[in-house]
Amino acid sequence: MTITEKILARASSKPTVVPGDVIFTRIDKVMMHDVSGPGVIKVFNEWEKKGKTLERIWDPNKVWVTEDHFVPAADIVSAQNIITLSNWTKKFGIKKHFKYGMGQYGICHTLSHEEALVLPGEVYVGGDSHTNTTGALGAFAAGLGHTDIAYILMNGQIWFKVPETMMFKLMGKKPDYVMAKDIILKIIGDVGTDGANYKTMQFSGSAIKQLGMDERLTLTNMTTEAGAKNGIIEPDAITDAYLRKRTDTQYFPVQGDIDAEFSETHTYEIDKLEPIVAKPFSPGNVSAARELQGVEIDKAYIGSCTGAKLQDLRLAANVLKGKKVKIRTEVLPAAQSIFIEAMREGLLNVFLEAGAVVGPPTCGACCGAHMGVLGKNEICVSTTNRNFPGRMGHVESQTYLASPIVVAASALTGKITDPRDVAN
Amino acid sequence: MRGIVHKYKRANIDTDVIIPGPYLKIHDHQELAKHAMEGLDPQFSAKVGQGDFLVTGSNFGCGSSREHAPIALSYAGIKAILAPSFARIFYRNAVDGGYLLPIEIEESTMDKISDRDEIEIDIKHNKIVNLTINESYSMKPFPELIAKIVEAGGLMNYKI
Repeated sequence: MTITEKILARASSKPTVVPGDVIFTRIDKVMMHDVSGPGVIKVFNEWEKKGKTLERIWDPNKVWVTEDHFVPAADIVSAQNIITLSNWTKKFGIKKHFKYGMGQYGICHTLSHEEALVLPGEVYVGGDSHTNTTGALGAFAAGLGHTDIAYILMNGQIWFKVPETMMFKLMGKKPDYVMAKDIILKIIGDVGTDGANYKTMQFSGSAIKQLGMDERLTLTNMTTEAGAKNGIIEPDAITDAYLRKRTDTQYFPVQGDIDAEFSETHTYEIDKLEPIVAKPFSPGNVSAARELQGVEIDKAYIGSCTGAKLQDLRLAANVLKGKKVKIRTEVLPAAQSIFIEAMREGLLNVFLEAGAVVGPPTCGACCGAHMGVLGKNEICVSTTNRNFPGRMGHVESQTYLASPIVVAASALTGKITDPRDVAN
Repeated sequence: MRGIVHKYKRANIDTDVIIPGPYLKIHDHQELAKHAMEGLDPQFSAKVGQGDFLVTGSNFGCGSSREHAPIALSYAGIKAILAPSFARIFYRNAVDGGYLLPIEIEESTMDKISDRDEIEIDIKHNKIVNLTINESYSMKPFPELIAKIVEAGGLMNYKI
């Protein structure tokens, strides 16, 4: 069995599972945020209208809650949603509620790894499509909707169809100007935005061994854009070192069997890869950055669970250091802890002195919600994950998705830029 | 089930088009319905009647896990969506929430059905009848568990 199959078998008390099996699986961790949380509460409210009562939830210690999409409260409706969420978590005894303005908070997926809220071998579900991110820790991590989360909060389990696994072998040494974002955009361009629908995307190979956790998380984060149920990387010494800095909790990692079967195997030679950009309006619509070097842009955005982790900020700052941006540039670290570390390392100074605005952690502009939305015909180059019509604002705005290095290089020129062309 | 077809042939109609990001903070189902498909057709909610169907290209509902998407379509009046394939979270949300039926059809069937056709869907016999041009097509049967959840009216009413 693959790692995904073994985790799902263990969590459903079966000796083996095969792709296509429909199973009820025990859940180890559940996440909801200020969009999915009120949605889940609404499901319970509708249910209670039918004369049923939710007296307690299955296990408050296995649930954690974030405020990330519309914070700091974008308007009155957003503020009310956060009040609703806070009252609910208090009522049901959920202690892990990461509130903004009260210490550590940030984008849900970022907290999942920064706070080691999910551990190798666990089954983790979240009320957000990019829950796949956390699979980089060697967990089964998948996004679900409000009703499914509500069902889990009552029953502690949910149905899954065991997915086939597509194996992506990343070989060779990664060039300095290439990031995990380039690798995953290249892959999505090849397999298509539904190329992994209902399936697992697993990453291995010699290049994985050279990638730190922040970079691995970019790979699994973007598996959502190929339609994948989950993305996963088998845990190793890098995973252990990352987690041991953050938690003492014992965990029970799983590795796939040597004879595990994959529905497809794709091999990539990373040393030959160039910086890649996804053009409007699909993450699968990719080109080499150099082919787009004349494209003029209005804004550079460095933010989100995909592209504002500490390593993302370090590499973007490296490009911007001592230089001035030519277009509006926004930098929003993905969590308070990353914000603080970026400050300690002097990265925030680099961004501010380059002319960028630095903002608080929020999903805000990535989903066109608030704090930096795009107007009609505005063009943005962004470290985020999606560029569907209207994703970051006006339906006639445009987003180009790229790595933090490409976005930083483009901020300096006002055009889509291959970082090799601005290097000192 | 009998109703009028609203056809959008495009593949990969995503959740940002079905219900744009700024509406995610709204949890009033009727209010969401007013903005269904706003990113593709601002007239959508005005022209859809109760019990109508959507016929679309493959990978419908890709993108976010927002349950707002099937909620907005369902409260706008859509009772079933016919497409060659669906994105996984949209499919789950539609079925588990009991909002509407995601029905998988052949690409060629999608081509034969036109906008404003009147069709009848017979879930029991996995059959679709196009009353406008007097043709019938097959649909992919629901897997066993999905059929049971559909019958229960959603996962919250389903007993293992």
